[in-house]
Amino acid sequence: MKLLINGEERELTGVATVQDLIVELGLGDRRVAVEVNQRIVKRGTYADHALAEGDVIEIVHFVGGG
Amino acid sequence: MDDALRIGKHVFRSRLLVGTGKYANNDVARAALEASGAEVVTVAVRRVNLDRDAPDSFWNSLDLTRYTLLPNTAGCTTRDEAIRTAMLAREVGMGDLVKLEVIADAKTLFPDNQATLEAAKFLVEEGFTVLPYITDDLVTCKKLQDAGCAAVMPLGAPIGSGLGLRNPVNIRLIVEAMDIPVVVDAGVGTASDAAVAMELGCDAVLMNTAIAGAKDPVKMAHAMRMAIDAGRLAYQAGRIPMKLYATASSPVEGLITPGAGGI
Repeated sequence: MKLLINGEERELTGVATVQDLIVELGLGDRRVAVEVNQRIVKRGTYADHALAEGDVIEIVHFVGGG
Repeated sequence: MDDALRIGKHVFRSRLLVGTGKYANNDVARAALEASGAEVVTVAVRRVNLDRDAPDSFWNSLDLTRYTLLPNTAGCTTRDEAIRTAMLAREVGMGDLVKLEVIADAKTLFPDNQATLEAAKFLVEEGFTVLPYITDDLVTCKKLQDAGCAAVMPLGAPIGSGLGLRNPVNIRLIVEAMDIPVVVDAGVGTASDAAVAMELGCDAVLMNTAIAGAKDPVKMAHAMRMAIDAGRLAYQAGRIPMKLYATASSPVEGLITPGAGGI
């Protein structure tokens, strides 16, 4: 499945849900927020959110800032 | 001594809020935070590095029993971008605080007051505790207060400029008019600037570059902590009025009589 993640096009196999994606990217234990097509996917609902070809995904976290 | 800073439902002892950007390395950042005594630290929301080997963000390792995160919407230039970023920040940090910034001008980083007000109204409705970064404009600050913001954060000077409080009169007017806390955000260059803000009656000061960019950030963090305390105490103590001419500090009675005829 082709996804646009943080502006990068990625071809991923075996990724059906947001939960699968987070695990695939090694972010399972990180404090992040996920947006699919500009809608936030709430923590705890990742496994219920199915991904579709061409989904635009943003995964963000906190960095140093003023 | 009960002299707590109350922002919405949040209560803090420290009146120094610090940013976490621009530090040379994580060890210096951690030590400077410690020396500042700050309880509120700002963070920014950015894309994660998709490289599997990328380390977790240092700021995710902060002790959250000790520090309260204040995510910002830095870099946003429209109402909608700022709202979207605030919503993502809440999902990352699970907190209700947001430092709302909508930047209108790339050179000065001055905020877009109108867009900030619109975003603030929306975020207050959404249940956020909103702290807007704003120009030192009394009318805008009043509108933000009416919109339900938990504090207003007028700039002392452009972000990162270190110019100090360029218009202390405006800051004082805002302090006198507001029922919510006034936090000077941006412009502080050194400890005396922070003390001046507090002497004017501001409730707190937020700074980043003044500490992170100092030659010795840990020492400057300590200096800022003391300046905030000194300025707060001086404000509470009530300064003497300024006068043009001298008033002797020693009694004028009991002076020895000049010797007759001299020596």
